[in-house]
Amino acid sequence: MPPPLLDVRNLSVHFGTREGPLRALRDVSLSVAPGETFGLAGESGSGKTTLGYAILRALARNARVTSGEIRFEGRDLLGLGGAEIRRIRGRRIAMVYQDPKSALNPTMTVGRQIAEVLEIHERQPARGARARAHELLELVNISDPASAARRYPHQLSGGMQQRVVIAMALAGGPSLLILDEPTTGLDVTTQAQVLMSIGDLRRRVGAAILYISHDLAVIAQVADRVGVLYAGELVEVAPTARLFAHRAHPYTRGLLEALPDLDGTSGLTPIEGRSPRLTEIPTGCVFAARCDFAEAACSVAPVPLVDVANGARVRCLRWQAVLATPRRAVAVARTSADAARDTPLLEVEHVRKYFGGSTALARRLGLGTRPVRAVDDVSFDVRRDETMALVGESGCGKTTLGRLAVRLLRPTAGHVRFFAPKPTDAQIVFQHPDSSLNPMKRVGRSLGRPLVLLGVPRRERRRRVEELLESVRLDASYVDRLPRELSGGEKQRVAIARAVAMSPRFVVLDEPVSALDVSTQASIVRLLMRLRRALRASYLMISHDLSLVRHIADRVGVMYLGRLVELGTVEDVFHPPSHPYTRALLSAVPRVGPRGSLAVIRLEGGVPSAQNPPAGCRFHTRCPDRIGRICEETEPPLRRVSATHWIACHIPVDELREKP
Amino acid sequence: MARYALRRLASIAVILLLVSGIVFTAIHVLPGSAATLILGEYATPGALRTLERDMGLDRPLLVQYATWVGEVISGDWGTSLAMKQPVAAIVAHRLRNSATLAAAAFFVVVIVGIPLGTLAALHRGRPLDVAIVSATYIGISIPEFVTGLVLLLVLAGPSVGWFPTSGYEDISAGVGLWARHLVLPAATLTIILLAHVVRQTRSGVADVLAAPYIRTARLKGATERRVVLRHALRNGLLPTITVLALDLGYLMGGIVVVEEVFAYPGMGRLIIYAVQNRDVPLLQMCALVVASAYVLANFAADLVYAWLDPRIRYS
Amino acid sequence: MKFESLAFLVGGVALVLVLALTVLAPWVAPYVPTDQHVLDRLKPPSGRFLLGTDQYGRDLLSRTLVGGRAALVLGVGAVLLGLSLGVPIGLTAGYFGGRLDDVVMRLVDAMLAFPALLLALLIITALGASTGHALLAIGVANVPGIARIVRSVTLSLREAEFVLAAGARGEGHLYVMFGEIFPNVLPSVVVEATIRIGFAILAGASLSFLGLGVQPPQADWGVMIREARQYAFESSWPMVAPGVALGVTIIAFNLFGDGLRDRLGAA
Repeated sequence: MPPPLLDVRNLSVHFGTREGPLRALRDVSLSVAPGETFGLAGESGSGKTTLGYAILRALARNARVTSGEIRFEGRDLLGLGGAEIRRIRGRRIAMVYQDPKSALNPTMTVGRQIAEVLEIHERQPARGARARAHELLELVNISDPASAARRYPHQLSGGMQQRVVIAMALAGGPSLLILDEPTTGLDVTTQAQVLMSIGDLRRRVGAAILYISHDLAVIAQVADRVGVLYAGELVEVAPTARLFAHRAHPYTRGLLEALPDLDGTSGLTPIEGRSPRLTEIPTGCVFAARCDFAEAACSVAPVPLVDVANGARVRCLRWQAVLATPRRAVAVARTSADAARDTPLLEVEHVRKYFGGSTALARRLGLGTRPVRAVDDVSFDVRRDETMALVGESGCGKTTLGRLAVRLLRPTAGHVRFFAPKPTDAQIVFQHPDSSLNPMKRVGRSLGRPLVLLGVPRRERRRRVEELLESVRLDASYVDRLPRELSGGEKQRVAIARAVAMSPRFVVLDEPVSALDVSTQASIVRLLMRLRRALRASYLMISHDLSLVRHIADRVGVMYLGRLVELGTVEDVFHPPSHPYTRALLSAVPRVGPRGSLAVIRLEGGVPSAQNPPAGCRFHTRCPDRIGRICEETEPPLRRVSATHWIACHIPVDELREKP
Repeated sequence: MARYALRRLASIAVILLLVSGIVFTAIHVLPGSAATLILGEYATPGALRTLERDMGLDRPLLVQYATWVGEVISGDWGTSLAMKQPVAAIVAHRLRNSATLAAAAFFVVVIVGIPLGTLAALHRGRPLDVAIVSATYIGISIPEFVTGLVLLLVLAGPSVGWFPTSGYEDISAGVGLWARHLVLPAATLTIILLAHVVRQTRSGVADVLAAPYIRTARLKGATERRVVLRHALRNGLLPTITVLALDLGYLMGGIVVVEEVFAYPGMGRLIIYAVQNRDVPLLQMCALVVASAYVLANFAADLVYAWLDPRIRYS
Repeated sequence: MKFESLAFLVGGVALVLVLALTVLAPWVAPYVPTDQHVLDRLKPPSGRFLLGTDQYGRDLLSRTLVGGRAALVLGVGAVLLGLSLGVPIGLTAGYFGGRLDDVVMRLVDAMLAFPALLLALLIITALGASTGHALLAIGVANVPGIARIVRSVTLSLREAEFVLAAGARGEGHLYVMFGEIFPNVLPSVVVEATIRIGFAILAGASLSFLGLGVQPPQADWGVMIREARQYAFESSWPMVAPGVALGVTIIAFNLFGDGLRDRLGAA
């Protein structure tokens, strides 16, 4: 067997903080062979990013490597001097990290930034470097590299920016590429494009890749081997297929059971509890407190990594029991059919919402801007006792529609009708736990406020607040805490409790779990479904996560550039016949299990601007199934395909049914 | 870019109009009519009425304002009550003197302040930075007149006598003499301005150094030198331009006091003179000129910034 | 210790000292500030007169201690005035946005186009020179700056999700502005106000020095320096004592304000 390219041995890193040392990585060992793609999976706080930075010696000032080695091509990187490390950075090892927009210098053209790598390491003259930059841009599937190279970062789309960053990383011809969450924050279809580019790269360039991500499904698609990190420790390592088929560690098992799958059959099983604070690591197994399989022996002493099978190792005393226990699939109960179900609760009729745009006069003078057409003629309804979902990618208008539904925004045209006695019967839960709670208010006061508005007397209020906390599975002691003392999941629970305080009939959920870890997502989603049953309310769930929607929605609407392109029950939408965009979306979702015959449908180009939508069918500029001029000239109306299913496309239904 | 410039220009025009309105309002609208202001509290009603008629102060305020604005635009800046000369000529002369002083101070501040601030940011938290920051605290906290008087005492006093204690000599009387009169007031101004500019540059560069793209540059294998010169400074200098324009405001405030301390015949001294003598036409024009200069300087800074920042230039 | 923490500590201690001395001045001062000791004019520091005497033979230590009162009253008063107008203006403009915001901010920008001292001078011209008018003038000159900052924080919070959630609850505008947004604006306001007090004291002293603020015979640092100017070459103490006092006070406010900013920002 050839020697590993990267060999991390017993690495421990900790950060000095006011509360004591934060032990971010403890005794981590892994290796990456030349040309191999190693997927490092972990949730927030697992230490995966720290590992990436540690390899390149780019840790923050208060970080200390307390033990271990990082061997690259046989040499220990930790022992190298400044100049030597600089020679390796960008040249032998390159890193791409999250958020491409801020990773690029805003005042330098993209081409120059790529060429700079060559200037630094090969002292190439400008012309040669520029030509090479064009080649690299082509390598990452950017069309018209010459003109792209002359642009500034802000002139490129998110997907293109990320590919530029990857091109920059490849410029030095590295043998190891570290990718840290390279597709997080990108739309599903853009992510698919970037992943395809990475796949192409693997074949063409032959570099080894350390792919760091919290998204197990993405890792399943790109990695040869996978390592799972939990709270700074490596708990399991195995070849990809093996890891996903036979999970040996309870945490890996828990993670995979928490992931909703696109077929709607498994997932959303929560892992109870919280990750430990990295300043107070428990003795013994770090996962024991949350583990279903834990025994007394697990908490006594640190658990070593043991071999399970060929190439697979696990850090668990009870791994045999774990492997022997069959998988659980606990479906999320949906409501049974109810006679009142077909009564509409919310009606959205030909609603448009335009933002900005100067007056006609300003535009005449050439000084004005066109309005952003966020929602452009959408009609649908939400009925009693159902979960309606709106899916689509960024810029499709779903968030705007959600806010229109709760009257936070007034439509530019059209009507929003809400059939309930009080306006406060409609509530909303937002995406970002950090900004959904007033940072200056204690939990008790934030929850008490809706009760004040309801006229609840003071004495009663305290009791009701505690009841609310209980309904979201939070202890009464949370009443006196400030938001900054809570975790993301806890904050989101409080936000939900606050929305529920007024006993609403209708709640808009705007990406309620996207900012949370997978293990937390599952418990919040279950909480939401339970509450819905208790309140006999309806949800309008806005999400980009199709797998999640598959599990909990009754009906789904698919949006693109401000319009509804498909509407139907969840069965209707997730199976053919489908709108071409829906098909592309579904094919782009990364899956943990085998793909079967589904190839990813590639969408050309980027999303057009909402200020200047294409004429005719909005999707025609990127549609792989375009049939001709009719698509460019006429807007397709929503055509009925069945009693519950509508699709807005010119292609005849029978043809749509044919496509997988 | 052209659209941006046009929009800013429209904005500036509105602001200048408002500025003139504020100047006018402050003098004419506040309690105590302008006439009382000029003649003093003990003026007889008869004298007041005569003056009001002569100066047109009995017309409706809006008319007075409109007339004044018209006169300003057409170049008729009125006559100074106390000096009995056309305001335009006085202001032109004094403006030149103040501009010389300001330019001298500004020059030093840019050459010394920006590098100093950058250095402080680069050595954040270490002794050099601490020293520089401590010095700037002192610089911004000591009033200009105290600094000026201290310099006067120490360097222009009878025992040392390197510099004259006051006044101004035209450059035609000899460059050396001209320069010697300029040094102390310019130095006083420089100290204050330097402190402000160093702090703001330090803060701007420190922000840039914390940006993710700086990390990217390091991960590319760039030397510290390249990171600083090619990446940090390029982006850090953008806010510095705005800072310099802002400092013009501090400068104009400080200049009033500094000119008074050194009896330097500039705009600042002129304004004090106008205030003490209740010379309304003179005061109005001086205030307008100073404020307008500041507005235009900021406008110029905005344009330069927009031109240098590709995010605005190509938007 | 981190520099900012040190600044906070030093500034805080200095501030407490300054405030204490100023408040207790009449009791702490060894002599009556207006008493003239004709035989001991322009004397340097000695056992009897710890900081020396001025041109009228008045004890400099006593005068410096008492002189702080006018400076502090002016500085704090001016900033309080600025806050009382600037905060509501900034909150309203930021919260309601639209036309109101445009108009208000144009006015604010126009006022900011004046160097603060110039604006104050204009107001003093119209009203006449006195301590009260100086306070008013400096206070008004601070309004646009404060309004600007409050508005900018309000704007950034206006679309915050907890504010939107309040709207969905049916909260009225007033509650949202003062109950939800303002508590988050408060830390910035406190920091800004502290630093502005320092500069207000500086402006006040400058006005007094120019003869346009506090009027003699009231003891005030700016006035003292103005009077001491003629005799500066004979004895520099009448100028140095108040000068140092001014410097120390203003530095204390600046240090403390910056330290506070670090504290509250980090919290």
